[in-house]
Amino acid sequence: MEKSVLRDPGFYVMVAIGLAAMLILPVVLDMFTIMQITQYVVLAVFALSLGYIWGFGGILSFGQAAFFGLGAYTFAVAAINIGETTIPLILAFAIPCLFGAALGYFIFYGRLSDVYLGVVTMVVTLLFWKLANHTAGPEYAIGAARLGGFNGIPSIPVMNIPGEPEAMLDPVQMFQVFMGFLIVVYIVLRLLIASDFGRVSIGIRENETRASLLGYDVRRHKLVVFAIGSGIAGLAGAMWATYQAFIDPNAFSMEMSAKALVWVMAGGVGTLVGPIIGVILLQWLTLKLGTMELLNSLAVLGAIMMVLVLALPKGIVPTLRKLIVDGWTLARRKKTGGKADE
Amino acid sequence: MDYTLVVALEMIRAIAWLVLLASGLAIIFGMMRIINFAHGEFLMLGGYTVVISTNAGVNEWVSILILAPVVVGVFGIIVERLVIQRLYGRILDSLLATWGLSMLMMGGVTMIFGNTVQGVSTPFGGMKIGAYQVPVYNFVLIGFAVLVLVAIWCVLKFTKAGLIARATMQNADMAEALGIRTRWVYMTTFGIGSAITGLAGGLLAPVTGVVPTMGMNLVGQSFITVITGGASVIAGTLSSATLLGTISQGVTFLTGPVYGDAALLVTALVLLRLLPQGITGRIFKRSL
Repeated sequence: MEKSVLRDPGFYVMVAIGLAAMLILPVVLDMFTIMQITQYVVLAVFALSLGYIWGFGGILSFGQAAFFGLGAYTFAVAAINIGETTIPLILAFAIPCLFGAALGYFIFYGRLSDVYLGVVTMVVTLLFWKLANHTAGPEYAIGAARLGGFNGIPSIPVMNIPGEPEAMLDPVQMFQVFMGFLIVVYIVLRLLIASDFGRVSIGIRENETRASLLGYDVRRHKLVVFAIGSGIAGLAGAMWATYQAFIDPNAFSMEMSAKALVWVMAGGVGTLVGPIIGVILLQWLTLKLGTMELLNSLAVLGAIMMVLVLALPKGIVPTLRKLIVDGWTLARRKKTGGKADE
Repeated sequence: MDYTLVVALEMIRAIAWLVLLASGLAIIFGMMRIINFAHGEFLMLGGYTVVISTNAGVNEWVSILILAPVVVGVFGIIVERLVIQRLYGRILDSLLATWGLSMLMMGGVTMIFGNTVQGVSTPFGGMKIGAYQVPVYNFVLIGFAVLVLVAIWCVLKFTKAGLIARATMQNADMAEALGIRTRWVYMTTFGIGSAITGLAGGLLAPVTGVVPTMGMNLVGQSFITVITGGASVIAGTLSSATLLGTISQGVTFLTGPVYGDAALLVTALVLLRLLPQGITGRIFKRSL
């Protein structure tokens, strides 16, 4: 089954674009711009986590920020305590993944409907946000790391080379490493989606009853998809924490979950390129609108979300893809005198 | 003895609070099976209506009991016409759209009124139970929670409109076939649900004060109450509010309000694992 990915030219084009960006951008752009782009790269990983579970598992989570924040806090606490960043990075994947599995057990094994899933994930995020804001006092500390309530955790260590805590990455290296993470996550997800497991989860997305009548364990499949997505979101959170060297409870905010949804919706549900394009477009748009102080960013985000649902429910990439395919068939039909569609 | 009485009163107030928060949402959910994610902001809108009109010189009770429900009810109908009705049959899209609306309202109100707490005085002051001081307004909240539930029950049970609503709730296609315009029923339901939410927001305004982000602190409790209750409006809201209110208030007494919220969620999760359709999916099935 994996062959289908390995034969898809689009896959190689995407990976090549990613590698080119990783190697060429640091040469042609200045440091400040590179640091800006690093932010997009981190958020793209976050967007991919939701793009995967929503587009290829049919799980619409309204609380992806819960895992993002959990990964960020895990990384921060572990890195401050351990003094290096390799193990914390692994933990930042593993702990959200396990938490996602635990939450998924209640959701999927209870066979909760989509609406309930949305509500439960949203409320979990709200709760994390409240709890994290509540940890201001000195008694809320894990080892050497004080959680700091709404002030957050400052001076989180910068990523270092595995095994050498002294060898910290400079901003350009950090960009290249993060770009590498993004490419790896993309490749892994593409292979996973094309595997037998991925095909089954797409089948479940299309028709849950039929998939279960064919003998697949729908609950377990959804649980695994959800846990993988949670782990990737946690990884993105860890990247965010080390990139900013700071993390506060806003990592758990509803706005963060909403942003992820908007990126995926804008780019297109059911693609992996879409979420990445969504991040770039909308973060750029936010940057532009942010310079005009008149508009509240939350209001803009909400308005974009409503417009997307009402006017462009499929997203940019699938819409463009359909336009191109339609245009191509039309052109061929003209050439052959209307007989191309056999 | 006095302490027990005060604690019991607090528990009942917590239950009444959940009933008020969730009733409007429960009506919409029971009828249309969608959750209005902008519910918190509808509450906020009710609160702002009361604060603004009271500060402009309108009698406080007029603003709470008449202006807040009317303003939010009309707003709800506008939202239904502009957004929700385009998304019937696309449940997840309607959740996304109402969430967008929620952020739009939060941001919009921040732009207009700024991010500061505004308030009105709490009517009636306090009364003494033994050595303890209890706000009389608590009894008002409890009274209105009862009143709202009784009113919904009477309308559903004894009026023609209630009969039509119940028919649509039970089988929308069949109701349509018998000549009921279900789209009108949905619109009206959404309006009434919004109006009750507005009333709740108005009643809460003197207690909590109003800020643009106040909805975020209330939606968690409202959503959990509704989905734990299940599809029956009255039995569901009442049973889950009683259960969750008692547990969360108990935990709040022992440890503080944040863990009270956490206890609320954990209870709801365990309950949903056992009864995925909510309490009324298994028990009190045929009730309203």
